[in-house]
Amino acid sequence: MSDVEIIGTPERAVTRRKFIMGVIAAGATTSSVGYLFKGPQPLLGALLVQGSVERLVTLNVNGQQRRVDVMKQETLAFTLRYKLGLTGTKLGCDRAECGACTVLIDGVNSYSCSVLTHTVRGAQITTIEGLEAPDGTLHPVQQAVLDEGGFQCAFCAPGFIMSMVAMVETNPNPTPEEAAQALSGNLCRCADYNKILTSAMRAAEYSRQQA
Amino acid sequence: MAEKLIGQDIAPDDLHAKITGRAKYAEDFRADGMVFAKLLASPMPHCRVLRIDASAALAMDGVVGILTADDVPQSEFGEQCLTNHPLYEGESVLAIAAVDETTAADAIERVVVDFEPLPFVLNPLDGVRPGSPNARPEGNTQIGRDWATVKWTEEDFANAPEGSMPMPEGEDKRDTEWSVGDIEAGFAAADLILDETIVHQSVTHHPMEPRSAMAYWQNGRLFLHTSTQSLVRTRQAVAGQLDMDIEDVVLIGEYCGGGFGSKITGSLIQLVPALFSRKINRPVMLRIHRAEESYLGRARPGIQARIRIGFRADGRVTALDLFALGDAGPYARGDQNSAANMASLAYTPLNMRYRGLGVRTNTPPKAAQRGPGGAQIIGMLEPLMDKAARELGVDRLALRRLNAPEADVEYGPRGSTLTSVFVREAIDMGRELFGWEERIARSGQLNGTKRTGIGVGVSPYTAGSRGFDGLLVIRPDGMVQIQQGLGNLGTNSNFDTARAAADVLGVEWDDVEVVFGDTSRHLPWSAVQAGSQSTHAHTRANHAAGLDAKQKLQEIAARDLGGRPEDYETSDGRVYRRSNPSQGMTLGRAATRAIELGGRYSGEEFDEDLNDMTKASVRALAGQGLVAAARDTFGGEGGLQSWVVGFAEVELDVETGKVDVVHFTAVTDCGVVVHPRGLGGQIFGGSFQGMGMAMSQKWVFDPVWGVSFAKRLYTARPPGMLDVPIDVQWAAVGIPDPQTPVGAKGIGEPCVGAGSAALTSAISDALEGKCLCRTPLSPDILLAEIEGREPAYGPLDLHV
Repeated sequence: MSDVEIIGTPERAVTRRKFIMGVIAAGATTSSVGYLFKGPQPLLGALLVQGSVERLVTLNVNGQQRRVDVMKQETLAFTLRYKLGLTGTKLGCDRAECGACTVLIDGVNSYSCSVLTHTVRGAQITTIEGLEAPDGTLHPVQQAVLDEGGFQCAFCAPGFIMSMVAMVETNPNPTPEEAAQALSGNLCRCADYNKILTSAMRAAEYSRQQA
Repeated sequence: MAEKLIGQDIAPDDLHAKITGRAKYAEDFRADGMVFAKLLASPMPHCRVLRIDASAALAMDGVVGILTADDVPQSEFGEQCLTNHPLYEGESVLAIAAVDETTAADAIERVVVDFEPLPFVLNPLDGVRPGSPNARPEGNTQIGRDWATVKWTEEDFANAPEGSMPMPEGEDKRDTEWSVGDIEAGFAAADLILDETIVHQSVTHHPMEPRSAMAYWQNGRLFLHTSTQSLVRTRQAVAGQLDMDIEDVVLIGEYCGGGFGSKITGSLIQLVPALFSRKINRPVMLRIHRAEESYLGRARPGIQARIRIGFRADGRVTALDLFALGDAGPYARGDQNSAANMASLAYTPLNMRYRGLGVRTNTPPKAAQRGPGGAQIIGMLEPLMDKAARELGVDRLALRRLNAPEADVEYGPRGSTLTSVFVREAIDMGRELFGWEERIARSGQLNGTKRTGIGVGVSPYTAGSRGFDGLLVIRPDGMVQIQQGLGNLGTNSNFDTARAAADVLGVEWDDVEVVFGDTSRHLPWSAVQAGSQSTHAHTRANHAAGLDAKQKLQEIAARDLGGRPEDYETSDGRVYRRSNPSQGMTLGRAATRAIELGGRYSGEEFDEDLNDMTKASVRALAGQGLVAAARDTFGGEGGLQSWVVGFAEVELDVETGKVDVVHFTAVTDCGVVVHPRGLGGQIFGGSFQGMGMAMSQKWVFDPVWGVSFAKRLYTARPPGMLDVPIDVQWAAVGIPDPQTPVGAKGIGEPCVGAGSAALTSAISDALEGKCLCRTPLSPDILLAEIEGREPAYGPLDLHV
């Protein structure tokens, strides 16, 4: 294994060696350790304080191996948003009520606010940021939403889109009723359900064309 | 000639960011050295803070500071972002900041606060009972600006018929009264008089994005990332609240995860990170949790009312006598006055009397929610219109059409007039589209356990304002850069109203760039994104800016190419001579010439009637291209109202009390349609919100301790995907408003009342005309009615 371990967002890779050198160079005090991770895309919450002992774990997020220190009670949503800089996953309720934080864990749409990070070591985690192709081509589900003008405020959109991705994988030819059932774990307070449903049906259509 | 953009389906420019996770809402921003704040909330509905001991919390590793009520702007009678005198459970007392959120939450647990419990009131009617406590020491209501205590007598209560709300006589029994015509003469002329008591619950807004905010300071300037419906107006509000120069506030609100009236100028709690970061000199993130949101996040005020309505034999309303008690919460006045106005407009009663009283309660704060007052009263009155139609033997839709206003309407206490009214056209269109005759024939049919009900809701609401500024820059690269100061809460207003400027110039949407979301980007004075103003106000403002740009392009072309300015036309990215289109120049070339010419062409000079905020923006943009800035001076007589007429077919399961909405049709009068798909989203979304209000969302309080049992989404659940109809359709009358150049009126609000009323009406129909006259019509309440059981609540009880 290379001694270069990516601990920040990959596009601004920081090596552990550079990080430790940085700590020494900055003459950091305890209370600012967490902020040495910072930069244009800072890593927050990495400070060790009482009652929140952290362990370094490796996660597979959007196809990349990500090394991150997590507390034992830390949720996947928190890790994604505050340690890996993946803020596309939203927190609407923190308690598995709204679905805004939905991500795929081994292809299954899951509320990341209610999954402990250390339980998904070794799993394939996909977030909204992981759907586009590297060249920027949208996932068929995203293209369908764009073509249908789906969502209003769109705070729920990343969660709904992840549920749509799971839906087209398991049932690429749903009836509208089946699509509504598949998306019923996500709430949209703008109640833009009509456009969300037409987006989901078009997403299924695009996915069938691509298959 | 480029096709007009108004009327086309164009996906808003920000949708790509929204579906890829790039769109940044307030909580998605990070700043160097950022710390997290957590709130300590009042555990009881009314109390006073006697002592705070935060020493153990402040001694913890990682804790960086505390903010208390002493650190925030003081308000003698109004709401503060932190208080030592909480007036509702969940009101914020203090905040603690720490290097991470876990530590901040742990620290909050270690703060010791001594609270002195005080008497509380949860139900407005309880607040006027003789001898009852007041929700506030100052009184239980405000009359004008003065605090007052209004109590009804034992006799007032005893005089009311069993189960009916009292309608006490006397000026000292209410805070507002008006009448039009002669109410007694109206009843004397009536062939049928209905006398009903209605109870409409309070409904929390619950936008998907809680009101989180992050703030930091640089060189005395505040940078505030917040969730707000309006952008430049929130900047103005924050500057006012913090007594700062508006130039020293930079407000970033690129995306807002829903507001519905609860974030018109952001939220009060956004001041906590702003003040905290100034105090501790570090960026502060305040992440609001869903349970906190249910307390802090505002709610639509409930209404309890007695309604007497007189009808002529043909269904015309001769008299409407309304006595409404509004739940004002601790800090507001309730929606009852607005409800009375909307009743007056919707049914144009020949004679009307209104008496109302807003009663302070120790419940979460009330604020405008999408169609305030209108959505409640239409949802409550439409089943009564059905009841009258049934008893008089007239068609339910015909009765509504007969009472609906026409263009010459004068309504409310001051005889308000309107720019245009096409509700009768909407009713007629809906009758065809919905298939009224065919569906009404199924009314009351029982299939297995399901009884069919057909309902209709005719719902008006405000739809526009005037006098705001438009601002755009035609750049040397040929792009038309349109500056927008509205908010971005999902209505697409920033993009859709910009089309008005583009259409004047005849440019393609690909040649337009909309600038929004950050007050440091030189934005014009704009309407608050509330009251369904934006479509009307800002198609006008942008139309004005477009005309200013066109005039300047014509002048530049005439100056360089000869002839008079009016000889020139603009379209497809060029300004050219009408008589010889090959003679002209590109917009980019004209922009370069504007910079060379300077003066009013490049924004060095501008009209004096612009707002100061717009002037500052013009100064900042000067020299970047052809700068056009203009105030909406198109004028107009009368107010603006749009309509949505909602039609529902439901199936009520008589064994479970569950209601399935099998079909919904909506027809709107909102003038010219700007963005069809966006409009459909507004109509259905608003209507579905109304359905949730009518059927499922509720508040429940512990009567002994006054604490909420419904503080999360699962206990106060808005409709999900399986709760709303799949078979839906909408249409627009599409007749332009004659007093606005683009012809478009707003639409955000009337749909809520249409959805709610279509359902309350349809459920009443499925109950063979019985009106329960309350919300929510949840399965337990409906089942008790179907089975003839005694309800588990009193007829005037709220929060059931």
